[in-house]
Amino acid sequence: MTKQQISFVLNGQPVEVLVEPRELLIHTLREQLHQTGSHIGCETTHCGACTVDLDGKSVKSCTVLAVQVSGREVLTVEGLAVNGELHPVQEGFMQEHGLQCGFCTPGMMMRAYRFLQENPDPSEDEIRWGMSGNLCRCTGYQNIVKAIQYAARKLQSAEGA
Amino acid sequence: MATSAETLEREDRLGGIGCSRKRKEDPRFIQGKGNYVDDIKMPGMVYGDIVRSPYAHARIKSINKDRALALPGVHAVITAEDLKPLNLHWMPTLAGDVQAVLADEKVAFQNQEVAMVIADDRYIAADAVELVEVEYEELPPVVDPHASMKPDAPVIREDLVGKDEAGQGKRIHDNHIFTWEAGEKAATDSIFDGAEITVKEEMVNPRVHPCPLETCGCVASMDKIRGDLTVYMTSQAPHIVRTVVSMLSGVPESKVRIISPDIGGGFGNKVGVYPGYVVAIVASIVLGRPVKWIEDRIENLSTTAFARDYHMTGELASDREGHIKALRVNVLADHGAFNSHAQPTKWPAGLFSVCTGSYDIPNAYVRVDGVYTNKAPGGVAYRCSFRVTEAVYVIERMIDVLAQKLDIDKAEIRRRNFIRPEQFPYHSALGWEYDSGDYPTALDKVLEAVDYEGLRREQAEKRARGELMGIGLCTFTEIVGAGPSKACDVLGVGMFDSCEIRVHPTGSAIARMGTITQGQGHQTTYAQIIASELGIPSEEVEIEEGDTSTAPYGLGTYGSRSTPVGGAATAQAARKLRDKARRIAAHLLEVSEDDLDWDVDRFKVKGVPGQEKTMKEIAWAAYNDVPDGMEMGLETVEYYDPPNFTFPFGAYLCVIDIDRYTGEGKIRRFYALDDCGTRINPMIIEGQIHGGLTEAFAVAMGQELVFDEQGNLLSGSLLDYFLPTAWETPKWETDYTVTPSPHHPLGAKGVAESPHVGGIPCISNAVNDAFSHLGVTHIGMPHTAFNVWKTIHSLGLDKRDQT
Repeated sequence: MTKQQISFVLNGQPVEVLVEPRELLIHTLREQLHQTGSHIGCETTHCGACTVDLDGKSVKSCTVLAVQVSGREVLTVEGLAVNGELHPVQEGFMQEHGLQCGFCTPGMMMRAYRFLQENPDPSEDEIRWGMSGNLCRCTGYQNIVKAIQYAARKLQSAEGA
Repeated sequence: MATSAETLEREDRLGGIGCSRKRKEDPRFIQGKGNYVDDIKMPGMVYGDIVRSPYAHARIKSINKDRALALPGVHAVITAEDLKPLNLHWMPTLAGDVQAVLADEKVAFQNQEVAMVIADDRYIAADAVELVEVEYEELPPVVDPHASMKPDAPVIREDLVGKDEAGQGKRIHDNHIFTWEAGEKAATDSIFDGAEITVKEEMVNPRVHPCPLETCGCVASMDKIRGDLTVYMTSQAPHIVRTVVSMLSGVPESKVRIISPDIGGGFGNKVGVYPGYVVAIVASIVLGRPVKWIEDRIENLSTTAFARDYHMTGELASDREGHIKALRVNVLADHGAFNSHAQPTKWPAGLFSVCTGSYDIPNAYVRVDGVYTNKAPGGVAYRCSFRVTEAVYVIERMIDVLAQKLDIDKAEIRRRNFIRPEQFPYHSALGWEYDSGDYPTALDKVLEAVDYEGLRREQAEKRARGELMGIGLCTFTEIVGAGPSKACDVLGVGMFDSCEIRVHPTGSAIARMGTITQGQGHQTTYAQIIASELGIPSEEVEIEEGDTSTAPYGLGTYGSRSTPVGGAATAQAARKLRDKARRIAAHLLEVSEDDLDWDVDRFKVKGVPGQEKTMKEIAWAAYNDVPDGMEMGLETVEYYDPPNFTFPFGAYLCVIDIDRYTGEGKIRRFYALDDCGTRINPMIIEGQIHGGLTEAFAVAMGQELVFDEQGNLLSGSLLDYFLPTAWETPKWETDYTVTPSPHHPLGAKGVAESPHVGGIPCISNAVNDAFSHLGVTHIGMPHTAFNVWKTIHSLGLDKRDQT
């Protein structure tokens, strides 16, 4: 199949890559750009392990074609920490034991990252609803909720400071 | 002796047993730097993808590879014909049966592996799968295990025709695998014949799937020059896999290296050896290139592992006061097309005979018959010890049925039958020795915490108004930590586990175990055990598992083995080193060993303040100044063969409100008290309990692998197979008591499976309790809104004109 050149911004850096028109973004990220933090857990857009941020929206990269991100901005878990400093969401997951096997975690955190920008001061129910596109088999979500509450507090206090 | 503030401070710095240490694993996972099997890339690596049968039962008339092989980028199409010369088209199973690696002339379940395509990338491989032309002749499928045992049922396993056994005793039908019995039949029957009260109920634990978020897969790499085979694999048991791979491939075990990298959840799914692994290994040997095979979710749900499919008839005999005199259980166990259950070889029904539960039942008899059907093989224990979920379900449901018949409160009937604390060690009628327990205390603590009587009053008021509210109880006992090698083996290898500790000259350490974490946090908790036992801060202890070339041999992580067996090995290894350290300290301090006291992280001379040697100092001395005749270094390995299983227990209570018109159930409250003996890391324990309860919720309320009459799997993707989201998952309340195991070096029992095992019957009992005043004795799982509504509708409760 004829490949085509696309360019986009990945975690703040411009990248160029040659893709088949049918290639899924998750495969481009993992196979070609070696960003293996985003995972594949299903092929039906249910599990959310492949969640990344695309132009300020959460998307499941297993149902986005790589060609669709041409000229756009993608943020993955690898871009969450800035200059070696963990993002409050990352910190929250560690402090509140919001992960076990770690497989859902990158997608879960990328969704939390976006969700807290959509709703900086969420109730527990709002968190549970806002995160319901991402599945976790290990934690039962209770500590994920706490992790997001932790991050929300930290982000708000940083804003207030 | 009072503990000084200084001692407490040193203990605190160690980060040992009992502290909620943050996880050592987390920094890599939260930064996207985990290393799961699909993250592994090797030079020259190619991809395998599997051609699968659309039919549940069919003869293969022909396979044409030509069009697939003509596709650029395709390297090979492997079928059973290609494996035959290597004698690898069939493989032995852990249960004494054989399983087709690639279908040999016929297929026996839908999505069975027929061929593997090897190609440059996964897109080409997927294209080529579509180009392999397989011609089938359909055969009548058998999906129901009862139908499978009918005299005229189609024969599923033609390879076994005329054979009166399939590895686990006598067969009585072409589709029969084994009969397994425990207990005294005649004595039990006679108790039932003369009993004042008997109850009987048929119940099914539906076929479900563990469905970890990461599917199964491997990267097999044969280095033809060195003759080494390295396989990265999602395996919960890498060492036994190495033994099996060596036996199957003929490559010496010393030349096989299995590496379990980070594993994205297991829950039993990753215990077995699946055809995809075998074919990828063969392909790598043949091509001399690394071959990656990663299953997709549909393949995962439809072929690798299933759990349960237990069709049980439970019976209890009691007196009029509800004192149970006997238990009788008959089970039809659907094992699918091949008996490749992953469980100790000599236990075809696993540890199901723990089904007398937490109760002092003097007589019991159990019979399990395993049968073949045209469904996927590869049964596993889904977040439980082998068949323990089924065992706990049948006794916990039956005791409710008995309570209902006698109109005795469901908490009270449990109290009347509990094994009393003073009866431990307790010998059950079916042959187990329960190590320790205090069931009444656990139950009372829960009842008080939730105001049980208040809940029952509320329920009575709601019933009077026609509302449906259920209160479910479950007072379960598990059996975990397989197990004593005299009782348990896998293909002849005893089910011990191991730990090797090496203390470096400057006092930090590395330890390796035969187990493998899949999210349980071993890198955190094993280091805590070593910290407490050896006085080295947990932050300075590195834990490695999963690489068979470096870790000592062990049987892996499943059936809550890690803490009971691996944790015991770790404690014992650390104690061996502490004994050596004591001898070195005595030498350095020029005193007798008996003059030394161990104090957190150092040896002190009795009665002489200031005369002491810390572990750091002793570690240094171990490499330059040891007593005459002592071997240098501070390193040891322990292979721990447990004297018995451990028996964690708990008391759970669930309150559910059910919508009278839609059948929708909402768990309002779930209170879980667990007793896992000594608690190593309370934060991790609580996390494990949350997760196990959520998986219990999934099973009780929605999970089922549903088949139509043709053997088509109807719930083979996450569109149809229920995995709860944050939205529907209830909030969990946890509590604990501590009753240490007397035979475990630390008193620990294992915990992660208890919430699954105890949670399922608790939720199911709650749903059933909501209808028990209406004469309903048993509603089967899963308790989906539709299934519950069917009961509601049959009772006429959903009529709007009713008040």
